Amino acid sequence: MVALFLLPLVLVLAVSFFSRSSFGGINLPLTLENYIRFFDPLYFKILWVSCVLAFFTTASCLVFGYPFAYIIARSPAKYRNILMLLIIIPFWTNSLIRTYAWIVLLRTEGVINTLLLKMGLIDQPLSLLYNETAVLIGLVYTMLPFMVLPLYASIEKLDRSLLEAARDLGAKPWQTFCRVTLPLTAPGILAGSLLVFIPSLGLFFIPDLMGGSKTVLIGNLIKNQFLTARDWPFGAASSIILMVLTLLFILGYILVTKDKQGKELL
Amino acid sequence: MPIAILILYSFNQSKLNAVWTGFTLDWYLKLMQNNDVLDAMRTSLLVALISTIAATMIGTLAAVGMYRYQFRGKTALDAMLYLPIVIPEIVMGISLLALFAQLQVPLGYFTLIAAHVTFSVPFVVVVVRARMAGFDRSIEEAAMDLGATPWQTFVKVTVPVIAPGILASSLLAFTLSIDDVIISFFVAGPASATLPLKIFSMVKFGVTPEINALSTLMLIVTLFLVIIAERIRMRKN
Repeated sequence: MVALFLLPLVLVLAVSFFSRSSFGGINLPLTLENYIRFFDPLYFKILWVSCVLAFFTTASCLVFGYPFAYIIARSPAKYRNILMLLIIIPFWTNSLIRTYAWIVLLRTEGVINTLLLKMGLIDQPLSLLYNETAVLIGLVYTMLPFMVLPLYASIEKLDRSLLEAARDLGAKPWQTFCRVTLPLTAPGILAGSLLVFIPSLGLFFIPDLMGGSKTVLIGNLIKNQFLTARDWPFGAASSIILMVLTLLFILGYILVTKDKQGKELL
Repeated sequence: MPIAILILYSFNQSKLNAVWTGFTLDWYLKLMQNNDVLDAMRTSLLVALISTIAATMIGTLAAVGMYRYQFRGKTALDAMLYLPIVIPEIVMGISLLALFAQLQVPLGYFTLIAAHVTFSVPFVVVVVRARMAGFDRSIEEAAMDLGATPWQTFVKVTVPVIAPGILASSLLAFTLSIDDVIISFFVAGPASATLPLKIFSMVKFGVTPEINALSTLMLIVTLFLVIIAERIRMRKN
């Protein structure tokens, strides 16, 4: 089994140093060309845009997810299960289906446009799909459960008496939140952000389906290099770069939390 | 909720599916006559079934072994187990593709199953291990003292105790396999497209209410499995 985990990765690392042969295979000589090529502004920009989009996805998930997780964790037990189910259903729904559901809503003849037209608010259908906002919506909707679940776990653990103590000592609600709640739930925030950020970098099908061909992210780049351009060495180099980036984030996470149980969250 | 709208529109008559024109089950009928979809459904079920059985067996043995024995390289193995959980799926997909290409294994059922087993095993190990954490080792020792062979002890004492964990993890492996898009995308052959891959191409090449119907069905199956898994998990507490 170990071989099945590690061998392929080693192989990709090896492929990334080869040259591309004219038949789409791999060739000697060994070269660093593929890595150098990645730092061409064209490709580097793709990585940059991917990171920016993943960052916005993470931030939006946090903004939407935090209040939601807070409400669930603080609601009476009998409602809590129902609210949890609202998170679990999307969590276990195939991500393609969730993406498709948004396409049904957003496309030109979609539900939102039809409703707005009927209500006379607009004369022409808005183009809601096939832009970066649509990709962002798709990513946020797909990744939200990964943010809410760790947040919920850490908010639930929060000792309520600490909040009362803060209030007794004269803290305003906002101060209590910033200086007590937020620091104490930081592990959940960090874990959730990591769980959202990393997969959002690699989800090629959401940009494919919701961004049209306009939005090319690192996931799409890797996919295209392997399946369309048949340039395996360059595709391999791109994925090694993506993986190193990912491992750096995880390393950062472990260093920041200094929490040896941190991996249990994954 | 977008999903609710999706379910609602799977019963809509209109082909353009934005306007509600009446209730119908036509799309479900059409779906049942769509051979491509049925083929993909069969592929998905077959792959999920075989890879679940394999992943559950390998994962359970690994979890039990890692719980019971200390050996060299255990920490490394431990870290490696988490690798497939933390690295981006797309990297795993292309690395498996590279491996199969290098070994000249043609893409198809075999590569699909091997890949699904690979990404399911770590999840099985994690779930079974969580169950092992509360395991009272003295009952194993008691069985041995009473003259049971190690194998008898394993089958009659260890397995029944961790059975809920095994069952929950196998259901998890099954849903992971049924739902996987990214890794399957790279390792499936032309003749072995799974249901999510079929949905991907259907969505890409046009929108028909058949997908709504298909999605609704998949949603029901997944939810059903998850509820069973949750029930089993709850019972242990």
